[in-house]
Amino acid sequence: MTLLSIDWFYLVEKILLISGVLVLSLVVAMYSTWGERKVAAWIQDRLGPNRAGPMGLLQPLADGGKLFFKEEIIPTHSNRFLFILGPSIAMMVACMTSAVIPWGDTITVAGRTVSLQVADVNIGILFIFGVVSMGVYGIMIGGWASNNKYSLLASIRAASQIISYELPMGLALIALLMLTGTLSLKEIVEQQRHGVWNVCLQPLGFLIFLICAFAECNRTPFDLPEAENELNGGYHLEYSSMKLGFFLFAEYINMFISSALIATLYFGGYSFPWMDSLGWGENAIALLGFFIFFLKILFFIFVFMWVRWTIPRFRYDQLMRLGWRILIPLALANMLITGALVLLRQH
Amino acid sequence: MQTLTNRAKPVDRSPMTFMEKMYLPAIFTGMGITLKHLFRRKATVAFPEQKRQFSPVFRGLHVLNRDEEGRERCTACGLCAVACPAEAITMEAAERKPGEEHLYREEKYAARYEINMLRCIFCGFCEEACPKDAVYMSETFAPANYQRKGFIYGKQDLLIPNPKADK
Repeated sequence: MTLLSIDWFYLVEKILLISGVLVLSLVVAMYSTWGERKVAAWIQDRLGPNRAGPMGLLQPLADGGKLFFKEEIIPTHSNRFLFILGPSIAMMVACMTSAVIPWGDTITVAGRTVSLQVADVNIGILFIFGVVSMGVYGIMIGGWASNNKYSLLASIRAASQIISYELPMGLALIALLMLTGTLSLKEIVEQQRHGVWNVCLQPLGFLIFLICAFAECNRTPFDLPEAENELNGGYHLEYSSMKLGFFLFAEYINMFISSALIATLYFGGYSFPWMDSLGWGENAIALLGFFIFFLKILFFIFVFMWVRWTIPRFRYDQLMRLGWRILIPLALANMLITGALVLLRQH
Repeated sequence: MQTLTNRAKPVDRSPMTFMEKMYLPAIFTGMGITLKHLFRRKATVAFPEQKRQFSPVFRGLHVLNRDEEGRERCTACGLCAVACPAEAITMEAAERKPGEEHLYREEKYAARYEINMLRCIFCGFCEEACPKDAVYMSETFAPANYQRKGFIYGKQDLLIPNPKADK
């Protein structure tokens, strides 16, 4: 149906997809908080939240409700505009990344082929890098506007940490891009669907990417910007009510998106072995692919939590040394070797 | 150097080997340990639903006993208060009037008998000191309360129900 030279079905389809992806990332982030507490408890031989609802499943709702009804305090000596801007940027940026991730193959509904991806941009990876780097602005602006020395320290830490770890992350990805020859995430998944998962070709690159993903998400062992016991909570020290909730929520959404990205780039995204020899309908395969992709994401979210409750926090100089003196040379070497091998295969 | 116990371990200060410097093997070992704990039996006792078994000699809240005919055994001699190391017990004695023989066993009885459960250390000396078998320690513990005065247990809290009156 085209009216005023606009394909309205296309518009509706994309709006539905965008809302779906948004709701999905919000719900997953919500239940990640529950999962985090459960995993923490189990690892420490405890039971975890079990009072609100069966298995404590209503706990995220109770937490959210609490945050909504808390008094909102904006410190007198803070910069009001920037103070509100900080968490808004953090939340907005966290929600934006999911646009280019392919959530599944195409499905056919009433004669229309619908791609389960909001936007198949040919520079998908660059888009993600750009948006993720913006995420630190939320933390920096929030920490700066709080007018508190601990918040400021935390935002300085966050900025230098993200700069240090974005470099090896980018270098690890360049090696991957040499292999795939494309920046589109959809094509990367399609290549893995017909070949092998990239983690088999790029094990070192994957490891570097994973470590950097931990650092970018400010997760333990790289949670220096939050560091409850050194900085009283770090950049969100002065925040209360839902603005604090936004910061915490953004962190969990980032974790979800990072897991999705790791699964897409290195573990075949929505593809799974013998996907094409199953002989089911196209729609069934696409939905199953989405389900498998979701399982992969959940696994990586679990890994994020698992590592958090295993490894203690780095000291600041150790963090910098790991980033600059170990990860960057390793990533460079990985890049050179991959480049040489790719050249060798072409001749 | 002579050590105090045989459990002392000397610190290993030799430089790290390459494998140790990589950190990753150690991190994976640690993750293996946490994964094992994930499936361990949990130490938590989910309290209101689940209750921990007390030992047979557990000393809980006090009760004031009655004899077979439902008369209070306590004669307000004050030995329990003297024995109490925490000074948690106070009492006031009164003389039994004619016609009250069905209420009190002896000629003297405790008109007021109070135990401050915040002071009590549950040592059980009062139980041992009592010559009339009047004070016993039960197998429950003092429930939580919002106010301090709620922890001062009077006679109405301590006396066991009268077996005669119940019939």
